[in-house]
Amino acid sequence: MNVHEYQAKQIFAKYGVPVPKGYIATTVEEAVENAKKLGGKVWVVKAQIHAGGRGLGGGVKVATSLDKVKEYAEAILGMTLVTHQTGPEGKLVQKVYIEEGADIAEELYLGVVLDRAREMPVIMASTEGGMAIEDVAANTPEKIIKVAVDPAIGFKGFHGRELAFGLNLPKEEIGKFIKFAAALYKVYMENDAEMIEINPLVKTGAGEFIALDGKMGFDDSALGRHPDIEEMRDLSEEDADEREASEYGLSYIALDGEIGCMVNGAGLAMGTMDTINYMGGTPANFLDVGGQANAQTVAKGFEIILKNPNVKAIFVNIFGGIVRCDRIANGILEATKLVDVHVPVVVRLDGTNASEAAVILKNAGIANVIAATDLGDGAKKAVAAAKGEL
Amino acid sequence: MSILVNKDTKVIVQGFTGKEGTFHAEQCLAYGTKIVGGVTPNKGGQTHLGQPVFNTVKEAVNTTGATVSMIFVPPAFVSDAVLEAADAGIELAVIITEGAPVRDMQEAKAYATKKDMLTIGPNCPGIITAEECKIGIMPGAVFKKGNVGLISKSGTLTYEGANQVCNEGFGITTAVGIGGDPIIGLSYKQLLPLFEADPETEAIVMIGEIGGDLEIQAAAYIKENITKPVVAFIAGQTAPAGKRMGHAGAIISGSAGTAAEKMAALEAAGVAVVRSPADIGKKVAEVLKK
Repeated sequence: MNVHEYQAKQIFAKYGVPVPKGYIATTVEEAVENAKKLGGKVWVVKAQIHAGGRGLGGGVKVATSLDKVKEYAEAILGMTLVTHQTGPEGKLVQKVYIEEGADIAEELYLGVVLDRAREMPVIMASTEGGMAIEDVAANTPEKIIKVAVDPAIGFKGFHGRELAFGLNLPKEEIGKFIKFAAALYKVYMENDAEMIEINPLVKTGAGEFIALDGKMGFDDSALGRHPDIEEMRDLSEEDADEREASEYGLSYIALDGEIGCMVNGAGLAMGTMDTINYMGGTPANFLDVGGQANAQTVAKGFEIILKNPNVKAIFVNIFGGIVRCDRIANGILEATKLVDVHVPVVVRLDGTNASEAAVILKNAGIANVIAATDLGDGAKKAVAAAKGEL
Repeated sequence: MSILVNKDTKVIVQGFTGKEGTFHAEQCLAYGTKIVGGVTPNKGGQTHLGQPVFNTVKEAVNTTGATVSMIFVPPAFVSDAVLEAADAGIELAVIITEGAPVRDMQEAKAYATKKDMLTIGPNCPGIITAEECKIGIMPGAVFKKGNVGLISKSGTLTYEGANQVCNEGFGITTAVGIGGDPIIGLSYKQLLPLFEADPETEAIVMIGEIGGDLEIQAAAYIKENITKPVVAFIAGQTAPAGKRMGHAGAIISGSAGTAAEKMAALEAAGVAVVRSPADIGKKVAEVLKK
């Protein structure tokens, strides 16, 4: 789960990570009120969406008068912001964050993420703030300082020194930076974060460090013990179909092809997409029905797949282990009664009780259902069916 | 022969009396696995599925001499269960539970390593030595005895791969589902040398997926150390970047963790990489007939 910038900063502030003062607004009037409340002469109007690259897309503006705050809030609220992370369809901006302006002397980068190879969190710092860290890693990897922290010992002074000296900070700033990094590590650990990114972390003219931006993602498996964070969930930021699917225990992701897929198991689901592609077709989605598939979930799966107007055929690929194929076959029969399945459905059921399942499907004699013997045969038939050749 | 577990392996089940634990322990017993007891706090002294229930792993180990534990406790308690197993001197913990927090697994694995306890999973189908010992949730009937070792991040692709190998007239020595979480126990790199050393195993199937770099590490290891033929498939060639494909660890970040990158590394290491999982069986037959 991800949160908005203003929410990440609320969490930062709780742990003593310095952030600029700011208030969230959903209307233009509120935005102007917030600017008045903040005082000063410079404000930043920032679109709140779950995607990076907001500035380049026109979603972040610096205002030097209250009139400008109003003008920018009017422009940003309700706009569809397109960035390199939103996809071409962009995202609707429903909230703006009004923040006090900062006196930026230098822009740095600081992030925390899980190092899967070392199996511990790694803190990354760079002097190249304001740039995409992926680009820095690709072009000038030597400019990223990585310090892994073993949670068994926690963040110690030497971790901080490795980061601070690595950034070539002047003597008088070292202590402040170490304190900042230590607080951020605490934010990461205590909230079961998956990643934190501050880009840029700015050094002000007065030599203070401030998190000018903030991005946080959380381990979904740990949300149960963080009700305060779960409360920050913004459902409007999530794909409606993916969310609906997850309520039924289905894992769904829309793609841009023509063949709908319904599969048990994430690996086989990906393998099915790959096989369709290999046979010259294009997958319309990833869909893992999970281990508890029944008539209701199969029907829901069909319904969600068929919402996509590009779908020309569906490939049901089940390798029954604990899940019995005869149950899935009955599920398919039930589903065709509940949902209008108007495209050909290629069905491959293998594993536990596969022969019983084949009999059930054959006896039902549904016009749209085409039986397949194995994964390769199924994918081939699905590709042909999508082309209208079956 | 086989790797890690066989017909003599003594197994206990943590989360023995729960719904999942009961169902799968029953299936494992039916397969012939020597389940010698289980642990459910506050139910010590009872008998479940004909086996004794203990309050603690230590008690279970001391009484039964079990060396392996199969873990079915709910996600929030996985870390505690693994730590307890490690502390009690269990040699291998097979963690089936899905949805354990990453931070918990980080801690649990670090302690297991310190205590020399091997782990498999979490969020995995387990391990099976064909026709001898099944410790997990896989459909036992799919795995016929033979000469092919199998390592996979995905459960259903394990069944798919094993089924194809058997349909080609071969069979399985041991199959290990290592799980697709960001932090897992035994990985390709630790399991490959075991298959290399196992005299029965003549070929190895390796099934990977997008995310992380375990397959890349495996490729480097294979190049230097493995003489037996390896057939590999990497799932997620058509997966979009930045999206989590079902498994917590199956995500392409930036340009890292792609299927293309892993397939290229494996090919460069001399591995027979198939583009579709439908070709695993055929490719195994091809490398074994050479």
